[in-house]
Formats: sequence, structure tokens, C-alpha cells
Amino acid sequence: MTTMTTLTSPVLVLIDHHAGAVRPPTLELLTLARAAGDVTALWFGDGLDGALPLLAEYGATSACQVVIDSPVANAMHLPAVAAEAIAAAVRQSDAALVLLTSTFENKEIGVLLAREIDAGIVVDANGVTVAADGAVETTQSAFAGTWTVRTQIATTRAVVAIKPNSIPAEPAPSSTAPGVVTVSLTPSGDALRTRIVERSERVATGRPELAEAQIVIAGGRGTNGDFSAIEELADLLGAAVGATRVATDEGWIDHTAQIGQTGVTIAPKLYIGAGLSGAVHHTGGMQSSGTIVAVNGDPEAPIFEIADFGIVGDLFTVLPQLSAELRARLG
Amino acid sequence: MRIVVCVKHVPDLQSERAFDAEGRVVRVGGEGTLNELDENALQVAADLVAEQGGEVIAVTVGPAAAADAVRRAFQRGADRGVHVVDDAIAGSDVFGTAVCLAAAIRRLGAEAPVDLVLTGMAALDGLTSMLPAALAAELGLPQLTLAARLTVADGVATVRRDLDNATETLTAPLPAVISVTDQINEPAFPSFQGIMAARKKTVEAWSLADLSVDPTAVGAAGARTRVVEATPRPARVHRILIADDGEAGRRLAEYLIENKLV
Repeated sequence: MTTMTTLTSPVLVLIDHHAGAVRPPTLELLTLARAAGDVTALWFGDGLDGALPLLAEYGATSACQVVIDSPVANAMHLPAVAAEAIAAAVRQSDAALVLLTSTFENKEIGVLLAREIDAGIVVDANGVTVAADGAVETTQSAFAGTWTVRTQIATTRAVVAIKPNSIPAEPAPSSTAPGVVTVSLTPSGDALRTRIVERSERVATGRPELAEAQIVIAGGRGTNGDFSAIEELADLLGAAVGATRVATDEGWIDHTAQIGQTGVTIAPKLYIGAGLSGAVHHTGGMQSSGTIVAVNGDPEAPIFEIADFGIVGDLFTVLPQLSAELRARLG
Repeated sequence: MRIVVCVKHVPDLQSERAFDAEGRVVRVGGEGTLNELDENALQVAADLVAEQGGEVIAVTVGPAAAADAVRRAFQRGADRGVHVVDDAIAGSDVFGTAVCLAAAIRRLGAEAPVDLVLTGMAALDGLTSMLPAALAAELGLPQLTLAARLTVADGVATVRRDLDNATETLTAPLPAVISVTDQINEPAFPSFQGIMAARKKTVEAWSLADLSVDPTAVGAAGARTRVVEATPRPARVHRILIADDGEAGRRLAEYLIENKLV
């Protein structure tokens, strides 16, 4: 292993927030960023003041309010505009490393940003360190969690997108008092060729976000559209509910619940899959989970090949019994 | 409509996928296939051409075996196919790949204007979804990514996309680079006629010199990232598999509590 060191230039962290609240994976980024250097939190839109105490608790030494100077509707939400704004912040602060959460939106922003600031980029990483020579190194899993890859970024500047649930988020040993600076950006004409003519924010389900949840209960074809046993268990454990492509295509559950290569990639502490066979399209999105539990009637189902605890049985009897037992024992 | 569809030859998902000693994806002939998500892009192109007329050109970048992706694109209705192939390309990062694709698309554009560049939402080997935006930037074109719906009319593309927190409708003037998700359509299986017609088509091989691309700008030489280590993850140990004897739910509860998972 290489010796770890810190960067002499700042680390910028893009803060994801929704409905006024900082998204939990962002706190993982701040935890990682603190170990790499001085942290500047980048904030798009309104609400920075309300979030400052939390950013201070997680060790941000400064906060940067990004202002998009444009009459175009939703300009801030255009990836090309966001990339230009972050590039301006990088130049203003001479930052060496930019961290983002690895969502589809941020990966697009990240690659445009990296191109703009001549940086190397790694996405879907689960760790980032600074080697003794100052080079940024990342770790990530590949091929549906079956390989671990370490990558070195060869450029002076680096952009790294980190997957949710990569590390436990921890507050800084001592709280900071971040000063606020503003970066104002007038988007280029090129960045505004794409327009967002309509944007509707998704309404929260009351359950944790699938990508961020510590526990995920997923259902597939075997549910036959009845997710009640899965939802009961999920609500008991404060878990998110996920599904296979078959279940979302059937319309049994919203498309946003789809776990897999083309849906949400998850890495919770505990995954329980019920009534799903474990096709590679699904397992490619959940194989990095900590503990994998599977309940399926077919003993030949491929999900049992990767399960830590497999039950050949009927989900409609096993899950309710599990919920009842947990309720009795956990109170 | 003159449509370019970028396709990729990837290791078969069902095969044993691996990295070599240089940290590159092992691409053995015969084990690879057309990236499944590119089938959606090819179907979009075929549907648009069926509706509005025009031509579909499949373009790929990769070693010799990658030509297979173009031949499979022929079976799915591509009229013409280009394979950018050169030893100097090996080890390219996303920017190097974008440079190669952009050079090929510019050359096609010099013959006759290209209206649309389509890609799948991701390649199922790396799954980074970075190429479409990098390619759009390299070509100097607007990008519309992750299209779950697409309409093209009067020189404007309109897409709907579903993000983690929002659903958006976006527009961009053509020419544009558009990536499509697997929600956009159900790709048809290649027809017998399609398979027969594909046999008569030839894949055009273009080198970096043909495209006037500086070989040091791409490949391992130009890459901004380098895999320094790739190791297979150890198999899961202490696995338990039981058949439900009427007590399985309770045993699972015991297991979850014992291992502090709940």
C-alpha cells in the first residue's frame, strides 16, 4: 500500500441537496475530503445558510455559493452549465480535487468538468486517497462487484465521483467555522443550447432513498405484484424497497425502484431479495451489498450462488414470519 | 436523417469477466458481444429512419474483435459501419475514446451532414455513462442524455429523462448527441432478411492516420487515469442455504440479530 498524504490545494465537494436537506452521501464525501486536504463545500441554489452548521460539523473550512447568472429557466440544472460553474470555482480556489456523489447527473457534470479543467476522472469509486507523491488514487469495484480496481489519476487536477454507502460518514474531530464566498457564472452560449423545458421534482416516499439506504428489501417476479410482505418488512426496519426490471416493467412498482445495471446501483449493509431469480442485470446493481439474503421457491435460482443466507421457500410465509419474529424480539 | 450510432463490443455478461496484468479489460474474440444497451440506440435509429427516411451508420472503436459489434449493428438495420482500429488506441480513457469517435463522425460529416449521434445509456463493462457527454463536448454539439422518450421534429430533439430526484423534459437543436435508456423501446430481434443482408456489408476500417488523430493524444499515452491494480474479490464465505421447514423466517431473524444487521 502507498503512504497517504494530503493535498496542499483545496478539495471541492459538490453538496447534493434536495428539498432543503443535505443528502446523506454528501457527508461521506466530506469525511473522505477531510483526509485529503482543506475542504470547500460547493452549493448550488438557495438554502446554504441553513446547511452551514452541518457542513461545519463535517469539517468544511469554507463554503462556496454558486450563482448562475442567466435568465434561462432551470439553467442551474443543466449539466453543461453546472460543469462551467464548478470549473470557475476550481480556477478561483486553485483546487486540485473535486468530489461528487456518483449519480447519473453528477457523472455527466463530472466528465464535462474534467474536460474543462484538464483533469482525469474516476466515477463509481468507493474510496479516494492521496499518494505520497501527491497523486490522487481511487478504488472501485468492477464487473458486478467481482473485482476491485485501484486507479491512479495522472493529471494535476482530479475529479472523483463516489458511490453512496462507500464509507461511514463521521463528523470532524472539531467543528469548523466556514466562511462563505460566492462564485457567479454567466453560462456560455454553447452550454445553453440544451434547454430544460419542464422539470418536476419527485415527491419523497417517506422511506429512505434506494441508493442511500442501509437496508434494502427487493422483490421480483415471484411477488406477482403483491409487495405487501416486502413493504411491511421494509417499514419495520426503516429500509428502502427495490425491485427487478420485471417488476417495474409490469407496473407493480415505480421505475425509480429498479435495482440493476440500468437502474439504481446499491451497496447497503443488508440486502434481502424475495421472489427474484438473480439475473445478472439485477445482481450487477447489488452485488457489492454487505450481506445478501435471498428467499426464492426455486432452489436453482442464481441468486443463491451469491447469497450469504438463502432460503428455498415461499416469500409470502417466510417474510411475514421474519417480520413477526423481529417485531417481537426488537420491540 | 443521417444518424450515427456509436456501438461497443463488450465482454459477455454471462462470461467470466477479467482484467489483464496491465489493468485492461480482457477482450477475447468470441467471448464478446454487442453492448446490449446499444440495441436500444440502434432501434431508435431504425425507427426514425423508417419514419423520416435516411441512413444509419454504426461506428465503433476498439481492437480487431470489436468489428463484431458493427456486424451485429448491420443485422439490426445499420446501412453502413465504421471501425476505428489502431494499436495506438489501446488503453484509452473516456477522453481518448471520444477523440477517436469524434474524428470518425467528423469525417462522416464531411461527406454529408450528420443530424444525430445516438449512444446507449452505458456500456455494460465499465458502466460509467461518461462517453456521451465527453463525445458531445469533443464534437462541440449539445447533448441530451438518458432519454427515456425521444421525438425529433423540425430540427429539434425533445427527450424526457428520469433522474434520482426529478423528471425533466429537455430540448436541443440538431445536430445533437443523444444517449437513450432501456426504457425507450423494446429492441426487435434481427430478422432473417436482416441477418442475410448483414452478410453482404463490409465494415470500413479507419486508422488514426486516416483520421489525422495524433496517436499520443489517445491510448495509454494520452490517458489521464491508469489502473494500477486489479484483483478478483474473494468469494463470500460461511454461506448458509436452507429449505423452509416452517421455521426459516425465525432462523433468518436470529441470523440478522446475531450479526447485528438489524
